[in-house]
Amino acid sequence: MFKDDHLEAIAQARREWELTVLKPVMERWPERKEEFHTQSGLPVKRVYTPEDIAGKDYLRDISFPGYYPFTRGVFPTGYRGRLWTRRLITGLATPEETNKRLKYLIEQGQTGLNIIFDNPTTNLFDSDNPICEGEVGRDGVPCCTLRDMEVIMEGIDMREVSTSIIHSGPFILSMYLALAEKRGVPFDQLRGTLQNDVLSQYYTVNMSVVSLRDGFRLSADVVEYCRKHVPRWNPISFVGYQIREAGSTAAQEIAFALGSAIGYTEELISRGMDVDDFAPRLSFMFNCHNDFFEEICKLRAARRLWARIMKERFGAKNPLSWLLRFHVQTAGSSLTAQQPINNVIRTTIQALAAVLGGANSLHTNSMDECYALPSEYAARTALRTQQIIAYESGVANTVDPLAGSYFVEKLTDEIEEEAHEIIRKIDDMGGMVAALEAGWVQREIVRASNEYHRKLKTGEITVVGVNAFTAEDDEEVPIEILRIDPEHEAHQVRMLREVKARRDERKLREALERMKEDAAAHRNIVPSCMEAVKAYATLEDMRNALQEALGAGKESKDAFIC
Amino acid sequence: MGEKRPIRVLLAKAGLDGHNRGIQLVGKALRDAGMEVVYGGLRITPQEVVEMSIQEDVDVVGISIFSGGLMTIIPKIYRAMQENEATRDIPMVVGGILPPADAEELKRMGIKGVFGPGSDLEEIVEFIRGLARSRH
Repeated sequence: MFKDDHLEAIAQARREWELTVLKPVMERWPERKEEFHTQSGLPVKRVYTPEDIAGKDYLRDISFPGYYPFTRGVFPTGYRGRLWTRRLITGLATPEETNKRLKYLIEQGQTGLNIIFDNPTTNLFDSDNPICEGEVGRDGVPCCTLRDMEVIMEGIDMREVSTSIIHSGPFILSMYLALAEKRGVPFDQLRGTLQNDVLSQYYTVNMSVVSLRDGFRLSADVVEYCRKHVPRWNPISFVGYQIREAGSTAAQEIAFALGSAIGYTEELISRGMDVDDFAPRLSFMFNCHNDFFEEICKLRAARRLWARIMKERFGAKNPLSWLLRFHVQTAGSSLTAQQPINNVIRTTIQALAAVLGGANSLHTNSMDECYALPSEYAARTALRTQQIIAYESGVANTVDPLAGSYFVEKLTDEIEEEAHEIIRKIDDMGGMVAALEAGWVQREIVRASNEYHRKLKTGEITVVGVNAFTAEDDEEVPIEILRIDPEHEAHQVRMLREVKARRDERKLREALERMKEDAAAHRNIVPSCMEAVKAYATLEDMRNALQEALGAGKESKDAFIC
Repeated sequence: MGEKRPIRVLLAKAGLDGHNRGIQLVGKALRDAGMEVVYGGLRITPQEVVEMSIQEDVDVVGISIFSGGLMTIIPKIYRAMQENEATRDIPMVVGGILPPADAEELKRMGIKGVFGPGSDLEEIVEFIRGLARSRH
């Protein structure tokens, strides 16, 4: 980006500056530490200059927003045209309570839905299974049958809203589609995202309903189905978020998410699909942690890496296939129980990084999530955080304002390089499925997590209120904590039993039988899953059908790694 | 007199979720401190806790929980331990994401130590060491 003689002059001036300006200052006022690092451990220099990005070619490596390799974002106008989608994770108690909260957040200016399900629903257990006692509606909303989806979406226009569904496989999406059909909403008017990435969640969510490879295939069925029938829906979102929450570095986060995306892309191509048919609808979800610049650079690096993978590795020709579009959630694991109001400030910095990194959609955590699901007040504050960034701070007025910063471009390069190296290792192992089965990904993450906590212990990493600036009254919680009334669980169980009593048993059995046949024959599972859902099959009915056809996954007694 | 054998701790995670970062960290800290960690994995049931505690002859049981259902799940495990003569005296500690009020209630119930978000690893290690020593 700079002429050689100019660089030489800069180098010479730098040496002179080091000798005459820097050295005397360093002698008198040494720096706070010998070395500075990002949170993930990348070295950070004192000062960055054109020398650090001498090898960069603006047109090749950075270029214009909305233009390959999309370092500066996927839209030519950034947020000047349309702001990111503000969607807060919502899911609590019962479908009824969740519906109320969703409506409240829409009323408060939320622009998309983001529905999270309780532990039983995530694992395909019904609310009335004794194994779920105490967990129904505690960490998300229960959604056992189409009836629950009807209640969750009651009074919400499915044509108007874009809905993110944090669930994997065809089950919950089938309920959403069946509801649209019931309401007469054509599938081509539905917008939203199904998380559906079995690979990058394997470690953290430990889905073990069927084997990893079967789960992978079923989730790929959903992508295939949606490409034919639900054209505006993002049928999968490759999740770096959970990987980071489990303790990975920034580079690992994007590498493992992209590794998973590569795995799915290969699977779909092997089914005879054209990469340009499905790639434009692949989406991603990343974390934003505390280290402001590292997070911004991570997001820019991920975009460039994916564009190159799509174009060069998979030969995608449609420019829309090259776009890495992503949702960001601020880092839940960064929230501290000590002095919890500080979490509002942490979340603000993380959200600002997401926006400067070009997030297409954003969830901001509530300050009380270190203890429990967010209260209405805390959730509103989290939404206001995004609105203040969007409407008051001015950062959305120009596209990728940090481009060209010597530091930002250099760090973007370094993270990209590190992630690229990890992807190469995954390739060498035979892809993401093999790398997960070998336990390599899991070990790498735990190693990074241990390293982070070692640094926390030695004080190399500071967390205010935890290992510095603690206060006497740290243990007191000056915020209201949401309590889920146990009566909600009883209500949900009653509702589920009513649904079960009302349904047409013959129709249900037939639908489940067909689902079993399709699963065993490796036919696309979505059509028969939709039929089962319309016959008010419960999650567990479908779970059992799949396990009968495919065998159960090994109950994941995860290993102790250290 | 010195211990005849290293302190043995059963660590397991209850609830249907998969959050295992906390338990991995605590396990490592205990092992680094010279203790033996018996790892019970995710989604442990009350019966499994009892069986493993007996089979492995552990000194302390540590349950990690991130589920909002903790006030149902933990008491169930505690009761199962209490109802069995062989496990009645094995002290139980709990760690995870939980509101302070729940922590207090668990302690009143008989859980020896409750380590909520933001707990110090060394403090956990020392607490468990103390519990194990008091049994010998």
